[in-house]
Amino acid sequence: MSVAEAIAPPPRSLTGRLSDGLWRAPKLAVLLLLAPALLWLAIVYLGSLATLLRQSFFSLEEFSGLIVEDYTLATYAELFQPANFDIIVRTVAMAACVSVASAIVGFPIAYVAARYCRGAWKAAFYLAVMLPLWSSYLVKVYAWKLMLAREGILTWAFAKVGLTPVLDWALALPGIGGPSLSTSYIGTFLVFLYIWLPYMILPTQAALERVPGGLIAASADLGATPWATFRHVILPLAMPGVVAGSIFTFSLTLGDYIIPQIVGSGRYFIGQAVYVQQGTAGNIPLAAAFTVVPILIMGVYLAIARRLGAFDAL
Amino acid sequence: MTAECPARARVIHERLPMTATPAISLARVSRHFGATRAMDEVDLEIAEGEFFAMLGPSGSGKTTCLRVIAGFERPNAGKVMIFGEDATNVPPYRRAVNTVFQDYALFPHMSVGENVAYSMMLKKVAKAERRKRAEEALALMRLPNFFDRKPAELSGGQRQRVALARAIVNRPKALLLDEPLGALDLKLRENMQEELKTLQRSLGLTFVFVTHDQSEALSMADRVAVFNDGKVVQVGPPQEIYRRPVNAFVADFVGSSNVLPPSFVQATAGEARWASLRPEQIRLSAPTGANGALVGKVTAESYLGATTRYAVTLPDVSLHAIMPAGAFATPSDGRVAVAFDKSALHFIEGPAG
Amino acid sequence: MRSEGSLAVKIAAGLGLAFLIAPLLVIVAYAFTTEERSFVWPPPGLTLKWFGVAWERTDVWAALTLSLRVAAVATILALILGTLTAMAVARSRFFGRDAVSLLVILPIALPGIITGIALRSAFATFEIPFSFWTIVVGHATFCIVVVYNNAVARLRRMSGSLVEASMDLGATGFQTFRHIVLPNVGTALLAGGMLAFALSFDEVIVTTFTAGQQQTLPLWMLEELIRPRQRPVTNVVALVVIAVTFIPILLAFYLTGADEQTAAAAGK
Repeated sequence: MSVAEAIAPPPRSLTGRLSDGLWRAPKLAVLLLLAPALLWLAIVYLGSLATLLRQSFFSLEEFSGLIVEDYTLATYAELFQPANFDIIVRTVAMAACVSVASAIVGFPIAYVAARYCRGAWKAAFYLAVMLPLWSSYLVKVYAWKLMLAREGILTWAFAKVGLTPVLDWALALPGIGGPSLSTSYIGTFLVFLYIWLPYMILPTQAALERVPGGLIAASADLGATPWATFRHVILPLAMPGVVAGSIFTFSLTLGDYIIPQIVGSGRYFIGQAVYVQQGTAGNIPLAAAFTVVPILIMGVYLAIARRLGAFDAL
Repeated sequence: MTAECPARARVIHERLPMTATPAISLARVSRHFGATRAMDEVDLEIAEGEFFAMLGPSGSGKTTCLRVIAGFERPNAGKVMIFGEDATNVPPYRRAVNTVFQDYALFPHMSVGENVAYSMMLKKVAKAERRKRAEEALALMRLPNFFDRKPAELSGGQRQRVALARAIVNRPKALLLDEPLGALDLKLRENMQEELKTLQRSLGLTFVFVTHDQSEALSMADRVAVFNDGKVVQVGPPQEIYRRPVNAFVADFVGSSNVLPPSFVQATAGEARWASLRPEQIRLSAPTGANGALVGKVTAESYLGATTRYAVTLPDVSLHAIMPAGAFATPSDGRVAVAFDKSALHFIEGPAG
Repeated sequence: MRSEGSLAVKIAAGLGLAFLIAPLLVIVAYAFTTEERSFVWPPPGLTLKWFGVAWERTDVWAALTLSLRVAAVATILALILGTLTAMAVARSRFFGRDAVSLLVILPIALPGIITGIALRSAFATFEIPFSFWTIVVGHATFCIVVVYNNAVARLRRMSGSLVEASMDLGATGFQTFRHIVLPNVGTALLAGGMLAFALSFDEVIVTTFTAGQQQTLPLWMLEELIRPRQRPVTNVVALVVIAVTFIPILLAFYLTGADEQTAAAAGK
């Protein structure tokens, strides 16, 4: 064994030499790995967001319909006109209802999947949540249009079990009712709930699975009833998961413009307002200002969620 | 004694290795992680063919030191030499040292044989030759016919041997072992200690061994470096480390020791200096009332099989003493006479601060 | 008490699952209905006729082809960008690591309509005409996160010492990537790629803003939903779309296992 063997000579291949260089400059190596995606996202995504944001400080010349490229807050002021402000309130209220409802509906599913299911049952539960999550968004909306239609499956089912009066009563409710399920807020709400529910279940289930079994045994051992254990041990520990899920349900509801267009009363939500303002109305500044609303709301929401520890549950 | 001598000076003057070029030498190597100094100006020389242990508590810098030698960490300052060649800026794949990882790091998608032959595959050694040499290495580790097995099918001890076979198959200049016995149970660990020792002797390889277990370091190594707070505190053969620790940290970490304050040492040995006293050097007996004898009270005792360990409180210090089982019975009032030879006191640097 | 409590929870869970699955079954049933004009339930009769009719429709084929091409290219881009980023984030701690994760997740965390209208206004500002590539750019942007999540989850599970062991045994960084990293994260990348494909194939909100006059399959569906022409054909296409998206998802599930997917899917 000669002394010269202790260190191999520098490699001659290009990759070998590059590898040597990157080992000596590990920070450069990380930078090179990050650069493609960061450049892509910074240019394509953040760049586009910036152009959009810039538009929101322009205004529309009322008579000519041309965009005036002078910076002004006039367009933002327009948001507070009753017609526009109603849209914002309506959307936020819907997002809140959908989030709360999906937490209530989703929690038992997540709970059973995390605590009672093993092996094949667990896989079945998982697929039952994942298939609706990943199957086509439009197909799901379409399925609900079929189901909610006046002659559709829900009307038929209510009639079958003799509950048609209940359905009629619900549709007659002021504000949320309508001529049929597919043209009422109840319908819009149901579709939103259905479409975003898996986004609530998955983080909740992940949080529940992280609750150690020993903790529940310890609580029972200390004399807690199952309900007390649930209330004081399981629920607080699962809460970050629920909040994480609500980030998705809330954000997705805020920005959607297709569901209320297909199932609903015809009154606008933020997404539709954006779509119509930039499209047929040609008022890009107002559309841009409208998109700032969900961004701001989500900013506040994320800050609160972060405080509640929801980011660790993502 | 050299107790006053600063630790670093000791390290440098400590028994220079026999050969002119040490297998591995570190000169004032520092490695920082943010504000933490994992290694702080470490000097070390490891001789060829030596079984060298790096001992210290977790976070003392011993593992970082090993990783710097292997090339997984780049030092912020200082120089790393392998057989006289500057390796400071050489990536791990060009260093002729190989590592046995704490978690073995066997490639899960390859068979045992492919794991062992991996380095030869990279060097484009012919397939038949690769297989032959891998089989030899596995046979040496008493794993014949394991070539086609998957790592997942093996026990912890077997994985350990595969990791060793993979690391020695190319006859590296030095073998680096990162707490290799940590994950094994006690019985297996004792067997493996002997086996590693035999392997090292038969291959004549330089072994650098990281451990936090002082008994492992003392029983296996030719020389031990004790790490604390990113610094090498003392280097020397096990006997010397044990008998003549340089300071309270070494005295207490290597084996257990009674660290005695100057006031106590002044009263018993006539010198106002810190000293360490090994528990087995203390003799306990029934108090006779003789003048000048130290008398204390046994506050606890634990039976350890061959020996018994006593906690004794004296007026100004508390001591631990170890006596052969059955050599002493605690009187009912707990009062005991404490005696030791003055020569058993070893002067040390006082505790830091 | 305990059994009653858990029984109630189980019943609630069962009802919830029925709520999740039933609409998909309804789609299957409607694809075979003989009724042409309305959504009447139960279907008055069953027929395979509409599959044949849909097969003959060139507009459906054109939309399907465009969707498949867009999804394929967007997936390849997302695979490259997502994998590289995942390797940087999983392997090292660096300043701004959280910011990178946030930036990758943002296009899917913010409502799709924002991504869509932002891209459209950028295309308009820089006078970029709508094309195949404007659709791809939008899709790749939000597909990165799916690949990234899958790759990061797997890389984090992979012991870091494997890479070091490989380098220790003489492999350069590139050899290590080829012989050690790729075989260990391969299935996760494949899974991420399939999910990205499914996501792109299905996307409608961003696409409405980046497609111009082009029609992907979801845009065709949307058109049919708003201005129905031949309802039974829509029913059949809906069934086909479900089938096309399910296959990659089942494969992704098979390749990576439920635990990794629960973690990774949170970012969909």
